[in-house]
Amino acid sequence: MSVEAREARQPWILLSPALTAVGLLLFVPLLFIVVYSFWLRTASGADQVGFYLDNWNEALTDAFYRDILLNTLKIAVITTIVCALMGYPSAYFIARSKGNKPLLLLLLMLPFWISYIIRTMSWINILGVSGALNTLLLWLGIIDEPIQMLYNETTVILGLVHYLLPFMVLNVFVSLDGIDTTLEDAANSLGATRWQAFTQVTLPLSLPGLAAGSLLCFVLGAGTYITPLVLGGPTDAMFANLVFEAIITQLNWPLGSALSLMLLVVLGLLVMIYNRYLGMAQLMKGLG
Amino acid sequence: MTRKLDNTTRYERLRERYMNGDLDRRNFLGLLGAAGLAYGVQTPFARYANAQGVKQVRFDGWGGVVSEALRENAFDPFTKETGIEVVDGTFGGGDEYISRVKAAQPGEYNVAHLSGVFDYARYNDLGLTTELNEDNIPNLQYVIPKLTEAFRKITNGTLSCVPYDYGTTGIAYNRKHISDEEMKEKGAKILIDEKYKGKIAGWSDWRTRIWFASLQTGQDPNNAEDMDAVWDAIRKHRDLALKYWTSGAELMSLLAEEEIYVTEGWSGRIYALQEQGHDIGYMDPPNGYGWQECMFVLKGSPMEACEELLNFMLAPETSIAVAEGQNYPPALDPQKVDLGDKIPTLPAFDPSGTLDGLTFADPKYWNGHEQEWSKEFGRVQKGY
Repeated sequence: MSVEAREARQPWILLSPALTAVGLLLFVPLLFIVVYSFWLRTASGADQVGFYLDNWNEALTDAFYRDILLNTLKIAVITTIVCALMGYPSAYFIARSKGNKPLLLLLLMLPFWISYIIRTMSWINILGVSGALNTLLLWLGIIDEPIQMLYNETTVILGLVHYLLPFMVLNVFVSLDGIDTTLEDAANSLGATRWQAFTQVTLPLSLPGLAAGSLLCFVLGAGTYITPLVLGGPTDAMFANLVFEAIITQLNWPLGSALSLMLLVVLGLLVMIYNRYLGMAQLMKGLG
Repeated sequence: MTRKLDNTTRYERLRERYMNGDLDRRNFLGLLGAAGLAYGVQTPFARYANAQGVKQVRFDGWGGVVSEALRENAFDPFTKETGIEVVDGTFGGGDEYISRVKAAQPGEYNVAHLSGVFDYARYNDLGLTTELNEDNIPNLQYVIPKLTEAFRKITNGTLSCVPYDYGTTGIAYNRKHISDEEMKEKGAKILIDEKYKGKIAGWSDWRTRIWFASLQTGQDPNNAEDMDAVWDAIRKHRDLALKYWTSGAELMSLLAEEEIYVTEGWSGRIYALQEQGHDIGYMDPPNGYGWQECMFVLKGSPMEACEELLNFMLAPETSIAVAEGQNYPPALDPQKVDLGDKIPTLPAFDPSGTLDGLTFADPKYWNGHEQEWSKEFGRVQKGY
């Protein structure tokens, strides 16, 4: 075998464990889901094997699924905007801090050491009728009766922001940390104010990080079902809750498969658009 | 005379053919690899799986105080006595569990604490039942006959489970805000009373919602004829409710933290709250939701070990201890077994052992509408 041929094979050999894992753990199950989506659920709960378009017809034409999907996208957009507004200043602060950057980054990573469900449930102890905030307000005499703060769309968004904010901060931080600070000094020396230097130099250069963080927050936010389950009210469901209900409550795996693929396609399209204009490299940097 | 061909002989013959030149190197290694794969997949793992069946039984239940009671009073003593370890998992509801079982291989799940005869019928419809050897479960003689008969009807006279306890889903209310008199006067309709908007909750289970909506609309919960009225009542409850709870722990938390004043609740969980000192009242409205729970053995389970576990769990001393721990009356017949002092004080307890005062879900009626109503409830729940 020639050296060139060996060199050409080498990356594939090195990649083969990862490719095998991705193939077996992602693409094969995905294929099963695709196949399942064309089956039917019988009255007993068993699956009827075959090629039926009923689930797809229902998923694509029923206004119920469309409305919940739009509501899910709305919640994900709001969450992403809030994360961006809160995350950018934090990331900027960390990137520009001199000696305590490692400590701040460590603090940023701390929430990942606690289960996402526990973190979500912690809001019940903070915002509940007998939670910390109500107790404080009552003690200060600001309110006479506890305020009902939990179990609505706002608390769902709050829970999502709590969960997703570190992803935004990390992505923006990676982007800001890579910007040469002397560029801002150069802009200042040419007569730009600090604000102008930020808006015309730093912000545009950090946009790929902001976009990567936004994409991550949006995709993760749109796919969540725990947060609305724990912090939402009776009608605060997101699309993933429909998938959960179809598969778990109704034992309708074929319809659940069609719904999950529908969500996957919508989110996949967004990732493709992102990749088309900004590329995945920035996202990988943020995740790394 | 024939000689048994073991793996060593097979290998020796293969090697001999190779050495004689009957097989090329590639074929020899290929056949050796195939033999090794077959041996590896079949013999050691099969042996391992069989050993697992004897040494370990998987149990799944409702978690919380129920699991604690079972662990302390049944599983640990059983392991001590027999050496068979009971690995216990939990689920939030029967629907979630059946989905897990459907996704699993036979034998992965063994014994489950199922609720309702309708669940038993669903497992039967999915071909997941077993046939218990009742000779191995002599303690079955102490069980209330009515409870056993309900299961026998589904599986042609045989049993795939043993009845274990029963209880009710009644109405739990905070006595600081709702008096016993008001509760008696309003009954199930208190769950759609505008006065308590934002302080009402309910279980996110479609059967429970339809059952209570039937009561609120004055219909027989096992034969509602005006379903439009039922769905309207469910919508009204949804609009007044703060939260649909999804587990016993969440139910207890909502009541204990006073996030809500009234909800349906499981009798044993409410008794546990009362024991903790919370001033929570509990009432079974007329035609309230009665249910019986069983210990169900799933297809593919190690039967003898499971039967041994069930017999151990049904022993009066074990069953009574578990019942006192989980606060649900045991399936034991009070006419045959002395149930002690605490059990007669538990909600839903029937001293006669006939259970005539409880209304159970008719499996035919509920399972016949399951597909349609579970889906419809999913929509109504989300504002439709």
